[in-house]
Amino acid sequence: MIIITTIRMAIRALQRNTLRTLLTMLGIIIGVGAVIAMISIGNGARAQIESQIASLGQNVILVMSGNFTRGGMGMGFGSAGTLTKEDFDAIGREVIGVSGASPEVRGNAQVAAGNQNVNTSIIGGSEDYAVIRSWTLTSGANFNDQDVRSANKVALLGQTTAATLFGDGEAVGQIIRIKNAPFAVVGVLGAKGSDARGNDQDDIIIIPWTSAMKRITGGTTFRSISVQAMDVASSPQVQSDLNDLLRQRHRISEGKEDDFTIRSQQEIADFATASTKVMTVLLGSIAGVSLLVGGIGIMNIMLVSVTERTREIGVRMAIGARGQDILLQFLIEAVVLSVVGGGVGVVFGVAGSYAVAKTQNWATLVSTSSVVLSFLTSAGIGIFFGFYPARKAAQLDPIEALRFD
Amino acid sequence: MSALIKLENFSKTYRTGEMEVHAVQSVSLEIQSGEFVAIMGASGSGKSTMMNSLGCLDRPTSGRFWLDGVDIGSLNRDQLADLRNKKIGFIFQGFNLLARSTALENIELPMLYLRPSISTQQQVERAEKALAIVGLGNRGDHRPSQLSGGQQQRVAIARALVNQPKLLLADEPTGNLDTQTSMEIMGVFQELNRSGMTVIMVTHELDIARYCKRNVIMRDGRIVSDTEVLNRHDAVEEIKKLRLEQQAVQLTS
Ligand SMILES: Nc1ncnc2c1ncn2[C@@H]1O[C@H](COP(=O)(O)OP(=O)(O)O)[C@@H](O)[C@H]1O
Ligand SMILES: [Mg+2]
Repeated sequence: MIIITTIRMAIRALQRNTLRTLLTMLGIIIGVGAVIAMISIGNGARAQIESQIASLGQNVILVMSGNFTRGGMGMGFGSAGTLTKEDFDAIGREVIGVSGASPEVRGNAQVAAGNQNVNTSIIGGSEDYAVIRSWTLTSGANFNDQDVRSANKVALLGQTTAATLFGDGEAVGQIIRIKNAPFAVVGVLGAKGSDARGNDQDDIIIIPWTSAMKRITGGTTFRSISVQAMDVASSPQVQSDLNDLLRQRHRISEGKEDDFTIRSQQEIADFATASTKVMTVLLGSIAGVSLLVGGIGIMNIMLVSVTERTREIGVRMAIGARGQDILLQFLIEAVVLSVVGGGVGVVFGVAGSYAVAKTQNWATLVSTSSVVLSFLTSAGIGIFFGFYPARKAAQLDPIEALRFD
Repeated sequence: MSALIKLENFSKTYRTGEMEVHAVQSVSLEIQSGEFVAIMGASGSGKSTMMNSLGCLDRPTSGRFWLDGVDIGSLNRDQLADLRNKKIGFIFQGFNLLARSTALENIELPMLYLRPSISTQQQVERAEKALAIVGLGNRGDHRPSQLSGGQQQRVAIARALVNQPKLLLADEPTGNLDTQTSMEIMGVFQELNRSGMTVIMVTHELDIARYCKRNVIMRDGRIVSDTEVLNRHDAVEEIKKLRLEQQAVQLTS
């Protein structure tokens, strides 16, 4: 029997019971849609985290206060302040192969300019901070080491902050008040966009860490120090030198654990990629379960259909249909169900991903491979779950089937 | 010339659990090409079993059955299916048309399973021709529910004819029809038989059997009588007579 005819026959059979067909397809539609949406969300998160890590800068080694390996956590910033100003100075003095270093302190503060008033996050860093993060300036200039040493009241504004405070007007040269202290805007940073959690990375002000500690955060320790190695080759040496130096400075005896954590950018990237991969797989498998349930729905309906159409099967066999013709007929019906359901599911999944990206401000990344894969999977599900009912139909005894009522 | 159908000690036994039902027992029978046979008997005498066996829907439990020289006992399921497709036309008591398909689509059904397959255009042509033979040329796009019982049975006959079989098998083809429609259907069979088709049908109505050429009577799975029909009815004549009678009734009332 010609396949085309069989497909046409299957479509006609499915059209007879539109509501049932739609409800059966719904299982597959939801399954495929969910798989695509979940994988897109996972992939989007990964891509964003990766680009964020890349934006940490080239050959950057992050020294964080506190030991994260103990708790099994590898990412994040410590709060136990074990990194001091003296540690930072020592790094600059004693580690060879370093092209730049900057501590990081963070705080939130009320910032005013003219009659504009915002609450934004303040990052305190050295003159190398923007350079290490490969953060370019769109206007003005970076503050220098003299500004840091003297705790001068100078500031670099993120794009968003600059826009909020000054609109389209020129920010450089203006005075802003951070916690009522006047700071001179010396530069405006280029745009970075939002991070994986949807936070705007441009809603920020960078000032010398000395000023930040004096006026905003008030502490005496750093949460982290970023160190930039000259090149890829020197990076491992820098990393181990940093380790030795800090252990020695913190008087950590042989066999004791570090009170700090050193991670190269590569290590952070690897960990983040691995964890988002786990997340993607997890989301995908949960969605996959619904696809499986959809498949069982198809099997259920096909079994009902075979029973309902026992007489029809008997007639077809009596007039010369072979078992394989009947098998093919019901199998194709199941596959049409699942493939059409899968197709609609792809549309919903892709649309859903974009909807999530829009409304939740999450990054989603619809990958062709996830679309193709879930579509093929739905076809496979049709074959797999359609096979048993179809074989049941094909193995009917024609006489029994004709007597059935 | 060898017989179209040859049964030799043919038996069919149904097993349901411990019980054995000998539906057909050791029947020997020959039917030549061009015959028109009625199989008769009480309910449960094995007529349907006999028809299903002649229709190659399954193989004998014991004994042998040759159809057109082919030993049915030696064929597998697929070969039986192909044989049914090419050589046998089935007509069922309940018509058994596909309810949601049109008359033409129902008639095309056996051609879907032809090996080698034929083009869609050929299928439509042959289906239309078969529909014309049974006198329903203008009803091709009607669904079974839009047709009368007699018309549905004509569609079923057209479906049985469409693959140009050697043998037409009909199990109680007039069982669900009124007297006049039954006569018309018998007329169709007589016409087909006149043009060379072998027809075997089951009926329990004596007057229907008189349209056939040969009557075989079964009891408890055995053939108890096998006779030639002497005063054969002709459907055209009988319908004419019936019309006159009906007119007479109308005139007198
Ligand atoms: N599939 C079957 N399984 C078991 N017994 C059957 C089956 N088909 C028919 N029989 C039995 O075989 C006998 C003959 O039945 P059947 O050929 O249908 O008779 P008829 O058509 O003359 O009424 C009956 O006793 C019936 O109960
Ligand atoms: Mg019967």
